[in-house]
Amino acid sequence: MLIGDYKATYAADEAIFRSWPVRYGFAAMVAGLVLLPFAANSFIVFLATQVAIYTVAITGLNILTGYTGLISLGHGALVGVGAYATAILANWLGVPFWVVIPMAVAVTAGVGLMFGLPSLRIRGLYLTIATLAASFIIVFVIEHWGSVTNGDSGITLAPASVFGIDLVSDPQKYALIVPIAVLAVLFAQNLFRTRIGRAFIAIRDSDYSAEIIGVGLTRYKLLAFGLGSAYAGLAGSLWAYNFLALLPTQFELQLSIIFLAALVVGGSARTLGPVFGAVFVILIPEMLKWVFGFLTPFNPTIVEYTAPANTIAYGLLIIVFMIFEPMGLAAIWTRIWRYINLWPFSP
Amino acid sequence: MARRNRGPRLFRRPQSGVLAIVTTASAPLLRAEGIELSFGGVAALKSVSLDVQPGGITALIGPNGAGKTSLFNVISGFHKADAGRLIFDGTDFTNLATHKRAALGMARTFQNISLFPGMTVLDNIKLGAHTHLKTGVLAAGLFWGPARREETELRAQIEREIIDFLEIDHIRKTPVSMLPYGLQKRVELGRALAMRPKLLLLDEPVAGMNREETEDMARFILDLQEEWGVTVLLVEHDMSMVMDISDHVVVLNFGEKIAEGPPQEMQENPAVIEAYLGAAQDAA
Repeated sequence: MLIGDYKATYAADEAIFRSWPVRYGFAAMVAGLVLLPFAANSFIVFLATQVAIYTVAITGLNILTGYTGLISLGHGALVGVGAYATAILANWLGVPFWVVIPMAVAVTAGVGLMFGLPSLRIRGLYLTIATLAASFIIVFVIEHWGSVTNGDSGITLAPASVFGIDLVSDPQKYALIVPIAVLAVLFAQNLFRTRIGRAFIAIRDSDYSAEIIGVGLTRYKLLAFGLGSAYAGLAGSLWAYNFLALLPTQFELQLSIIFLAALVVGGSARTLGPVFGAVFVILIPEMLKWVFGFLTPFNPTIVEYTAPANTIAYGLLIIVFMIFEPMGLAAIWTRIWRYINLWPFSP
Repeated sequence: MARRNRGPRLFRRPQSGVLAIVTTASAPLLRAEGIELSFGGVAALKSVSLDVQPGGITALIGPNGAGKTSLFNVISGFHKADAGRLIFDGTDFTNLATHKRAALGMARTFQNISLFPGMTVLDNIKLGAHTHLKTGVLAAGLFWGPARREETELRAQIEREIIDFLEIDHIRKTPVSMLPYGLQKRVELGRALAMRPKLLLLDEPVAGMNREETEDMARFILDLQEEWGVTVLLVEHDMSMVMDISDHVVVLNFGEKIAEGPPQEMQENPAVIEAYLGAAQDAA
């Protein structure tokens, strides 16, 4: 029984890890992440790394869309900007990854700010359409600016290297990417414990009252775009160092939609929403592959339908979540916690 | 109700308490001069002038559509006046951006509550203190150190000054969308107080409230004036409350100021009676 766990100081009451189960739960999760590469096979480690990259990207979208209420359909393209900036800068300058990543993040934040400028004049659906245009413009530029991006044939980069060791195997890349992702999620969580994050939510809930209490809309909307894009840039950078080869088609509209789907399913405006969402969108195709593998002996042609089945599954699940759990998996998680908190009393 | 004993006060008092109330001859805290506002062909405000004396409670009354809320919207920056000047504490703020008016020391509540529904009571009130906080993005994300200190201090201040004062300690972590109307109004007042205003603009603070809630709110407003030294400008239709608590009443009708003076005088003013009830000969 955890109720009655009262705090004597306001600092303790405001803490992220408010109670010992949350504290130990987080510690156990970190321990699990550390042990995973030793316990699991290379494919699981590869999937976990991808979940981490998606988590960073979706956390950025969460800041922009979930918390500030500015729906973006250009987030996948911004991840592409981050990935291409990483590859191009690494190839041109030949500097190590820890120099390239902040540079790519800055470039992406700048590009994001530029596409965020319309948000000062338009909002709602119109802004969403403007971000949709951003998505097409960015992918078009990547495809056609051949002298820099290498166009349709894609671009490659040298692996990140730590103390002369090239990070090429899955566990090595996992060791680079997952800690960065965990820190990025914690950074976002902290943001929403302070005035900055509260101002974002205020703009989402009622932009006029936000102005009355002294939140400058121009400044904070652009800040939301800048931060969201910086996260997209970080995700793109990690993506580049994970795959070491990029194609412009990877960052088309479908990626943006997958991110939005993940945010809805995971739970928007919640710290854990992007984490759940990322796990979800990475695992769905794998689970479908497994199901199709099981069905192949009965009907060998069924494999051809794997790709459309993915799309159908995403769409179906978004609808199911919208109807039955609009707050996403994070809300279910909260309910489980509440039950544990009140046990053995009925909730 | 007996005065509650509270700990030391951290909120900066805008004026030195009672002293400011006594010196009524001082310059007005808020002055509106010849405010004109029209929507298309409809003149909502016709050369309205208004002085709000520091430390007092000024009430703005008038029949529906008289322009009370329009004047509030001009003062808080939602509408831009077609002509006229606005002066707050000696500063001309006629052309100041809406969000910068908060820093001058003005706070307002809305007729139709305008809280942030997705947030808890505590977060809503914390938002009121936005302009008084300094944490930047990097400090916020790292949290440890200055941001944490600022947040903890803010929480302690809000608990001591506002949550205790407004008697809302039992709902501090409840999302505002789950609260009944009367409590939402109180939380909105709390958010305005967290701005540490010199002037509080209250747009129909007791509209739609039952008698008990109205009395609670009237008591809060009086306590605010006495203990915090806040100047209050309020729009209200509840005449018994207006007459009980205000020091000065301004009456608007069809966008024009038709009378102003002490509440007792306004009750007997023929122009005011006509505005509310129609001319005597019509009634006969």
